[in-house]
Amino acid sequence: MADGSIGLWTVPLAVLGGAIRVSTPFLFVSLGECITERSGRINLGLEGTLVMGAMSAYGISYLTGSPWLGVLAAGITGALLGALHAGICSLPRVNDIAVGIALMLFGTGLAFYLGKPLIEPTAPRLPAIDFGWWSDIPQVRAALRVNVLFLIGVALAPILYWAFRTTRWGLLIRTAGESSDAARAMGHSVLLIRLRATMVGGFLAGIGGSFLSLFYPGSWNEGLSSGQGITAVALVIFARWDPLLCLWASLAFGGAAALGPALQSVGVTSGYHLFNAAPYILTLAIMIITCSPKRTLTGAPAELSITR
Amino acid sequence: MTTEAADPVEAVGSIAPAADPGFLQRHGGAIEYILIPGAALAGALGAFGIFVAMFGKNPLDLYFYMYYGAFGTWFSWQNTLTRAAPLILTALCTALPAQLGMVIIGGEGALLIGALSATSAALVLQGMPPLIVQIAMVVAGVIGGGLWVMLSGALRQYRGVNETISSLLLVHIALAVLNHLVEGAMRDPASLNKPSTREIGAANMIGSIPGTDVHWGLVFGLIAAIAAYILIYHTVFGFAARVAGGNIRAAKIVGLNVSKLILTICFLAGGAAGLAGMVEVAAVQGRTNANLAAGYGFTGILVAFLARQNPLAIIPVAILLGGISASGGLLQRRLGLPDASVLVLQGIIFVFVLASDALYGRIGFLKGKS
Repeated sequence: MADGSIGLWTVPLAVLGGAIRVSTPFLFVSLGECITERSGRINLGLEGTLVMGAMSAYGISYLTGSPWLGVLAAGITGALLGALHAGICSLPRVNDIAVGIALMLFGTGLAFYLGKPLIEPTAPRLPAIDFGWWSDIPQVRAALRVNVLFLIGVALAPILYWAFRTTRWGLLIRTAGESSDAARAMGHSVLLIRLRATMVGGFLAGIGGSFLSLFYPGSWNEGLSSGQGITAVALVIFARWDPLLCLWASLAFGGAAALGPALQSVGVTSGYHLFNAAPYILTLAIMIITCSPKRTLTGAPAELSITR
Repeated sequence: MTTEAADPVEAVGSIAPAADPGFLQRHGGAIEYILIPGAALAGALGAFGIFVAMFGKNPLDLYFYMYYGAFGTWFSWQNTLTRAAPLILTALCTALPAQLGMVIIGGEGALLIGALSATSAALVLQGMPPLIVQIAMVVAGVIGGGLWVMLSGALRQYRGVNETISSLLLVHIALAVLNHLVEGAMRDPASLNKPSTREIGAANMIGSIPGTDVHWGLVFGLIAAIAAYILIYHTVFGFAARVAGGNIRAAKIVGLNVSKLILTICFLAGGAAGLAGMVEVAAVQGRTNANLAAGYGFTGILVAFLARQNPLAIIPVAILLGGISASGGLLQRRLGLPDASVLVLQGIIFVFVLASDALYGRIGFLKGKS
């Protein structure tokens, strides 16, 4: 078997590579949303945060020449959008789902507006670590070119899992999410806890966006995100608000999203668009299987409006 | 100052409520529903003015061109009304389920599926009299869009799946289905650069309202909005829906069939958005292709929220937002603003409108206490 002609093995390899590459934005957004939702609020605006993060990362990377400053800028932008969401939601009688929809439109629009001059230039991209050095097959090497952000995300999942269980901050967030009365009785401001949780969530979602523009696909254009943000929000429900399950779910979704391009590369082009919709169909199917009208989902924060 | 006081209308407007304290108590709610969204809109326009000023544009020019491009001439009015037509219909897709307390944001998906169904109907019935084809297109569009949103409603009712997320996922799935069919089974071999279906035929287009360039879709929208208003506020069915929206447990105790309510309302909601897709095909595009995903479904969500989910209020709000998007071209040409500026403004308006929800019942002088 000569190099470059590994036949149908291309498909599983590409899916594996996709699981690593495509899953990173899913991973960051879902971990961020996990923190926000555990505090009792849902932020549907992370789709807009993702696009804003992608745009600001690309812009800062282009202007400063440092992609890592771009990642930081994306995180800060995301945190600011999170603060905006939490600020509006802390007003009385304001629905957090509706605010999320508004920020989805606002973030996307603002990113397109500010990002107009960034479509042409090329910004420095994030470096990758070559885990495929042992192989001679280019497809294997391509699949195993792993970005540092992916490794950070993978490390973050168990850290968050541990933090929710054992740290003071994890307990506070969970208290705010399970019973705001209890948190208030303990003398904590629920609004402040949720503000911080939403800002951290936005920070992570922004970083997820920076991965889109600085690594894969690795450029800025208006079609960069096609609903990854909202898929990741649904993914948190599927992962039962558990950071470790978020990691596995993100990998599965990355693999599903890579299926279309992988099949196209071996000549299966007929269902290209349907395979591209695989993550959405998968999300919907999983939600249909796992949800139930008779009981609230196990693991769901009791204060969350979306599960009531 | 003196001229204002001398204006009789102004004087009556400011004095009459004080002379009759009952006036504000009776109409305070209605005034609130106009005053607060109006103030939110003004605030959003102000914020957008500051935003463009940061990029060195004159905000006064901005407001002038926005007005001029939306309502300044007969030409711009026609452009505005043409854009308002699908917005009325897609806004109903959010406003009707809102009566049941559901947040459906999948109007864009229902629009695409409605367009696809209507086009299919027209292509199957080629050669039939135009009126029959047009009626079939309306029916197919409504059924296609209706079933698409009803799916979200059914998933919510029978499987407990959150309808906001499922309807949004269905937008992406609808777009994939559309692209799949348009580039595959339904593709017109002659459409090389922009894969499209075959044309529905000039005879089957629904045309313009006589004397204008505004297509009949506007009339469809007006009829649908008025019908929705009557359905919600003046029928037993609408009353039942509002009861279920207010308190689902109470609705079940008095024996309302909540499942039927949810499915019917979702079908009607999706049907409205599907009709918008049919209108875009039969009055504008003449065929189905990816151009149909122009964001009318998403702007419709904003229209519904700004109209506080009231089907009648949707009409003026849709015209207003149709005007904003109609002025986008002029803003690009005259001020050099990117086309995304309309999106930014829509986002700002949405944020302001939602934040203004906190103001209801809190404005002192509207409570009639002063």
